[in-house]
Amino acid sequence: MKLMTCPLNGERNISEFVYGGEVVDMPNPAACSDQEWSAYLFIEENTKGIVKEWWMHAASSYWFIAERNTETNEIIRTFPSSELYMQRVDFRAAKE
Amino acid sequence: MSASLNSMRLLQSTGLYLDRSKTISFQFNGQSFQGFQGDTIASALAANNCKLLSRSFKYHRPRGILSMSGQDSNTLVQIGDEPNVRADTRAIEEGMQVQAQNVIGSLEKDYGSLIGLIGRFLPVGFYYKAFYKPKGAWRYWEKLIRRMAGLGKIDPGSEIEYTDKQYRFTDVTVIGGGPAGLSAALEAADNGATVILIEENPILGGSLNYARFKTDRDQVYRIRNELVERVSSHSNIEVLTQAQCGGWFEDNWLSILTPGRLFKLRSKAVVIASGSFEQPAVFRNNDLPGVMLGSAAQRLIRLYGVKPGQSAVVMTANEDGYGVALDLLDAGVAVAALIDMREQISLSDLSQAVVAKKIEVLNGHTIYEALPVAGNRGIRGVKVAAISGEGKVVDETRTIDCDLACISVGYTPAAQLICHFGGRLIYDESISMLKLDGMPKHGDKCKAIAAGSLNTVFDLQQVLADGKNAGGSAVAIAGIGVKPALGQKLLSSAVEQNHPWPIFSHPQGKEFVDFDEDLQIHDIEQAVAEGYEDLNLVKRYSTVVMGPSQGRQSALNNLRIATKAAGNPLQGLSITTQRPPFHPEPIQLLAGRSFQPVRRTAIHHRHIELGAQMMPAGNWLRPAYYGLPEQSENAVEQEALAIRNGVGLIDVSTLGKLEIRGTDAAEFLNRMYTFSYLKQPVDRLRYALMLDETGVIIDDGIAARLSENHFYVSTTSGGSDSVYRSMLHWNAQWRLDVDITNVTSAYAGISIAGPGSRDVLQELNCDVDLSADAFTYSEVRRGQLNGIAACLLRVGFVGELGWEIHVPSSQARYLWDILLETGQKYGCRPVGVEAQRLLRLEKGHIIVGQDTDGLTVPEEAAMSWAIAKKKPFHIGKRSVEILANKKQTRRLVGFTLPKKSVLPQESNLTLKDDHIVGRITSVARSSTLNEIIGLAYVHPEQSDVGTSFDIKLSNGNRLSTKVVALPFYDPNGKRQEI
Repeated sequence: MKLMTCPLNGERNISEFVYGGEVVDMPNPAACSDQEWSAYLFIEENTKGIVKEWWMHAASSYWFIAERNTETNEIIRTFPSSELYMQRVDFRAAKE
Repeated sequence: MSASLNSMRLLQSTGLYLDRSKTISFQFNGQSFQGFQGDTIASALAANNCKLLSRSFKYHRPRGILSMSGQDSNTLVQIGDEPNVRADTRAIEEGMQVQAQNVIGSLEKDYGSLIGLIGRFLPVGFYYKAFYKPKGAWRYWEKLIRRMAGLGKIDPGSEIEYTDKQYRFTDVTVIGGGPAGLSAALEAADNGATVILIEENPILGGSLNYARFKTDRDQVYRIRNELVERVSSHSNIEVLTQAQCGGWFEDNWLSILTPGRLFKLRSKAVVIASGSFEQPAVFRNNDLPGVMLGSAAQRLIRLYGVKPGQSAVVMTANEDGYGVALDLLDAGVAVAALIDMREQISLSDLSQAVVAKKIEVLNGHTIYEALPVAGNRGIRGVKVAAISGEGKVVDETRTIDCDLACISVGYTPAAQLICHFGGRLIYDESISMLKLDGMPKHGDKCKAIAAGSLNTVFDLQQVLADGKNAGGSAVAIAGIGVKPALGQKLLSSAVEQNHPWPIFSHPQGKEFVDFDEDLQIHDIEQAVAEGYEDLNLVKRYSTVVMGPSQGRQSALNNLRIATKAAGNPLQGLSITTQRPPFHPEPIQLLAGRSFQPVRRTAIHHRHIELGAQMMPAGNWLRPAYYGLPEQSENAVEQEALAIRNGVGLIDVSTLGKLEIRGTDAAEFLNRMYTFSYLKQPVDRLRYALMLDETGVIIDDGIAARLSENHFYVSTTSGGSDSVYRSMLHWNAQWRLDVDITNVTSAYAGISIAGPGSRDVLQELNCDVDLSADAFTYSEVRRGQLNGIAACLLRVGFVGELGWEIHVPSSQARYLWDILLETGQKYGCRPVGVEAQRLLRLEKGHIIVGQDTDGLTVPEEAAMSWAIAKKKPFHIGKRSVEILANKKQTRRLVGFTLPKKSVLPQESNLTLKDDHIVGRITSVARSSTLNEIIGLAYVHPEQSDVGTSFDIKLSNGNRLSTKVVALPFYDPNGKRQEI
């Protein structure tokens, strides 16, 4: 079984973690086109190489981000999500 | 054959595995045999001159010992209800009942062997060609073929024994207790590593226990004894014998199979010293009992003290065959001739010793054909001829009488563990051998080192040095102690181990490449001729290397034959992909006991005392109804009527419960749920519908605003964890000022509902004003109830006056008792999930996951009322807006049927013009309404009240019904608001 290092809890078996999908920026839902929105929802890049992914340590419900090589399945680095998400996000209504 | 003959048993001094002080009796096909403690089934039978162990898969040919190491399918037998036991590695036990497999009639006289006579009408790919036409024919043939070609029998009545798994951790794991593994373990342990050594046999030593290594037998024993002694007494080394590594997985996670236990072993570094498999030669009748690998004969003699035959011919292409001849002579077996396939006479110590014993050595020759005794149950001699070219012999042959032919023509590294994990074995023409093409790369935490003959190192001193190097490297990888100085990288010492072409076709065939699947040279050539040139296609079409031995004895020769047939060069070619496990894994070991958690509410034991029938709801157990199963219908009806006419109590502790606190709490809910929460007044409840980003309904509950910055939110019973996770996930991105806590287990919930519920609560000591004016529908209050801190939510899920009372779990049983006791005079009774589901159906309330599925969007479920359209964002907002402009395909509606009608079932289909348009999601008989009521998806054009549609029942009959308005019961909600 693979090991993963949780930034909060240290090295644990991968079975203790929950996958949360690739880190993808949400397009502005009030401004993007239908095509952009559906691409955001349904199109996977399926990158061969290093990707950023959401992972959660299940027992502590701690979400963090991992850099993983999809070709070798090597986990290169894990880090708190605050490294990428530094500021409060707000939404504005679409202009009529 | 007498029971205690042991006619082939050697003298006291031989048989490393044996304890001759203990005699064990067992039965094979109903006949009694005796062996010694330490004997395997095959060795004990061989000691009694019983050579025939099984019948082959396809032609039912007699088969006997091939490898004597559990690596071939010739020895598969059945023991009681355990099929496919390898008779050459399973130790005998007193009273053991062993049966031959795959025989029609008896092992001695198997009518299935008549198939061999028509073998040439059964070419490779025969099944595909013959049995699939006309359409449907396979179903008939399959039964017959499975009976003919089956292996062991599974007994469905056999008893289940649970086995537990064990998790282990170590610095260095060494797989294989032969010379390389012993040497590696010592080096790693001497340098401070804790070592686990895995050995599949009962004792350590590997090839040191039976092979000669171009040197004196006693010299090998001395080396062996010293290594085994040091390993066994080393405080850093733990030895697991009769243990097999089934797979090497990511980050050095190893599955270790032992009788009755699976170990999951995490190791900082791994040394793989799994050795190599001796390879058969391919010639006519090479599969018959009496034709065996040279190492198998040595194992019989040296490990089990059994004489493998009376008179032998040894065929070799290396020095090891000479060692075999010397062992045979020591065991009193006459060696009629030594056939050395090589042109040059070898001048080693071993060969000179053989020549000195006046054994005839024939260089540049091969066995061309083994001559069977009657019924193919053994051999009476071999036909020998001079080799004239690759796979060719001269016309002139010579017959040599013998009952044993030992074959030592080369090796294939036992690289399965490495090949499973991305490694490759490729053909090296300079040594006519498959060898490892480096080690697969899986990052720093996942490193293994190959050592010994697995590394194509065969000279004993070099094997020991290679093991030592590997042990040192393992310590360095594990990051322990001082890095030991590593020796020079060793060169392969594999030259003159393998003959390049020990394959001789015969006009009459029966030269077997794959013993498991009864495949002959022409079968492989035929597959290539039919266009399956790629080795992986040859495998799938012919089934070569797909049998129980997984190509251990066939992959190399198959590669040679198929590649030559395709006209390609061999150099650098790889064998077919290999996959775990290395050894058959009994499902029993993998399954073990189940550790699925079960969640019980704080009131669980009261439900049991009240006679509840419990049902699973996710991990939770909930009361389905109270009473005996045979009276379930009546119980559910009475419970439902209690709430409609009196009072009922429902344990709703399984609901998920989340606390959201902080200055952004309302903003956060506004994003997570579809309604509007910013202006929700304190002390009020609001329905909470959760969508995912595609607009699909994934959960619902109630949001109670306890104060400006504090919400208490419920979720469905099954949804608490996923909703909680999803909230944390979103806020890791939004970074709102909220604190989210999952308090599902901290609080219990009891729903008290029915016209009398206010009366019951008012009899308690409650500091909350419960009067209709002070505490209206859809409000929340916190207060004291008989001294318990309680949160009262005035909800209407079942459509009557009622409250959900949430209290700390530790107080729940007390509250339950006091409510039930106080409610007695109002006819209060406990109510289960089934009645609750009926009551909410009468009110037309959906259950997420029952009335919705993985694609249901709010408009389909008639839930658009729950969406606040003006707020700037909620998770599903954009998708809901896009979907609003698309044509919908279904809509959830209510329908009714007369009470005496057939009761349709959930998931019965709904039709429009004979086309399936939806299904029933909920349906029940309602005593209150005196009719059958249900929810179903229909086509949007059928969704107007009064429209007829058809239901297709489980038996295929149609039932016509009409759409009615929802809810079925109390449409104006008067009863819940009194």
